[in-house]
Amino acid sequence: MRHYLDFEKPIVELQRKLDELSQHSQVHSMALNLDEEIASIEQKLAETRREIFANLTPWQRVQLARHPKRPYTLDYLQTAFTDFHEIHGDRLYADDRAMVGGFARLEGEPVMVIGTQKGRDTKENILRNFGSAHPEGYRKALRLMRLADKFHLPLITLIDTAGAYPGVGAEERHIAEAIAVNLREMMLFSVPIIAVVLGEGGSGGALGIGVADRVLILENAYYSVISPEGCAAILWKDRSAAPQAAAALRITAKDLAELKLVDDVVSEPLGGAHNDLPTMAETLKVYLLRHLQEVQAFSPTDRLHRRYERFRHIGHFTEKPASPPVEPA
Amino acid sequence: MANPKKNKKVTGGESTEPAVTPPGPGSDTSFVKKPKLGPGQPRKRDIPEGLWTKCPKCGTMIYDKELDDNLKVCPKCAHHFPIGARERINALVETCSFEEMDAEMVSVDVLKFTGVAAYTDKLQEYTQTTGLKDALVTGIGRIGSHRLALGVMDFNFLGGSMGSVVGEKLTRLIEAATDKGLPLVIISSSGGARMYEGLFSLMQMAKTSAALAYHARNRLPYISVLTHPTTAGVMASYASLGDLILAEPGAMIGFAGPRVIKDTTQAELPPGFQTAEFLQAHGLIDDIVPRDELKGRLDYFIGFLMHGQHRLAASA
Ligand SMILES: [Zn+2]
Repeated sequence: MRHYLDFEKPIVELQRKLDELSQHSQVHSMALNLDEEIASIEQKLAETRREIFANLTPWQRVQLARHPKRPYTLDYLQTAFTDFHEIHGDRLYADDRAMVGGFARLEGEPVMVIGTQKGRDTKENILRNFGSAHPEGYRKALRLMRLADKFHLPLITLIDTAGAYPGVGAEERHIAEAIAVNLREMMLFSVPIIAVVLGEGGSGGALGIGVADRVLILENAYYSVISPEGCAAILWKDRSAAPQAAAALRITAKDLAELKLVDDVVSEPLGGAHNDLPTMAETLKVYLLRHLQEVQAFSPTDRLHRRYERFRHIGHFTEKPASPPVEPA
Repeated sequence: MANPKKNKKVTGGESTEPAVTPPGPGSDTSFVKKPKLGPGQPRKRDIPEGLWTKCPKCGTMIYDKELDDNLKVCPKCAHHFPIGARERINALVETCSFEEMDAEMVSVDVLKFTGVAAYTDKLQEYTQTTGLKDALVTGIGRIGSHRLALGVMDFNFLGGSMGSVVGEKLTRLIEAATDKGLPLVIISSSGGARMYEGLFSLMQMAKTSAALAYHARNRLPYISVLTHPTTAGVMASYASLGDLILAEPGAMIGFAGPRVIKDTTQAELPPGFQTAEFLQAHGLIDDIVPRDELKGRLDYFIGFLMHGQHRLAASA
């Protein structure tokens, strides 16, 4: 059973018509003029789909980023990568299943991949805590990053989380500290780091594995300081103002590229990543290889310097002189 | 003498506009509105209205001058009221030793953020009510014999939220400390990242933590002091990265707000949850330091932490 979003309704209707006609033509195999009709509807379907997806609002993109069929970290590990084997645990407390990681090969080259992981159904979502990691997840990520750095393996982090988990246990074990330490440590690993926002780039929970030489984002993913609903609740006093908040916060891939907050936007197949995983995975691989090659060309010292500067220059402000210069008489 | 500015206090509750995750209702307990002196209530003739503050913890009416002289700590029950950045700096550093940095830096509305309120209007409003240009004052000063880089946040300015100005001023402060070989002290008080600046504000977490990485690599000490409240994006970056983490008594400290946690988990929150004392018991806080002891304690800690640096310098 396919899952459709509200704005996909025209596509769904055309698709249903098409399916009906196809069944008809199979039953009455001699119906010649049905072929023409089918072709015309197929064309219209393609046009409608193109048009809808070329003009998505920020909120519609948020819905796509959260689409229940959207490919997650482990889906890419089975498609864009080979030879993946998961390794577990933070050596301190637990194995957080909302954060996965392990060795893998990208076009034959060994790398370390770390990513947040959502569940596909209720049972898996309970296991994965809906993709929201506890401190253990961030500390497991740090352990694997240290491992990668020690053994000279490039690091790839895949981000798809609504945010770090707001819970009693998470606070008792200092989730804020776990994220903060990652921000500091990721700045000094000498191996190349590429981060990709696959779906939801939920605030500090995303940034906690998001410090990198290059930060990429999928075309329909978003990356935000606060969820549109959270922002709407605080500023509009109404969670249903989330679409307005999504626009005001400028959280889409296109916005973030314009604001120079991300380094590249990874194009998705028409209709979104979930519509064609093999194509999506292949595209992601191409982008990863290109960026990895570019940052691998720098010496470790140069790479660290550039990584620092990449984040150092983010921010907009003005500085008026303390006392205005006196006009010469 | 009545200071007219004192009468217009910004209370904390409505100025909390954090991001990452908003702190809930528990965070505004120590902000108190001026008690209304109705016509029926007796009042002393020689004292103008509004110069008394009621302690939210013990209920004592405290004369404002006395509260100021006591560093905004209740003389009866030691409840710590919020204190402005400049008052705090005055109380900490040696007289005339503080050279402020980047005093004229102000925020710009990079996203042209318009919601129910425009960001530019908010900035203007808080600049006027607080007399501050943003939520952080930075500079180089001296405590005892130690020169140090000092950053102090002010919750009164937009809930102490971190946008580009807070991030940039802090990063310059940390870089200056690294360049000059100075210890660093940051006193935090913040609801988190400033959502009016969108992802720019989230990235200030990475920027400040990056600067701290290099400060730490040079084996220079950083002491983080957490005051009421320190939450969300600030807590998930520089505030958690001190070589030592100190806190004021009773301060509310955490990542997510208690209301968010309750709504998400449907769980009962343990008693004292997210207070400085709770977090010390859970292993995060090195020492809880009453406000009037902070200066001496910083002097003490920096003495130990800078010992090696000084010996290295002497033998060079
Ligand atoms: Zn009291």
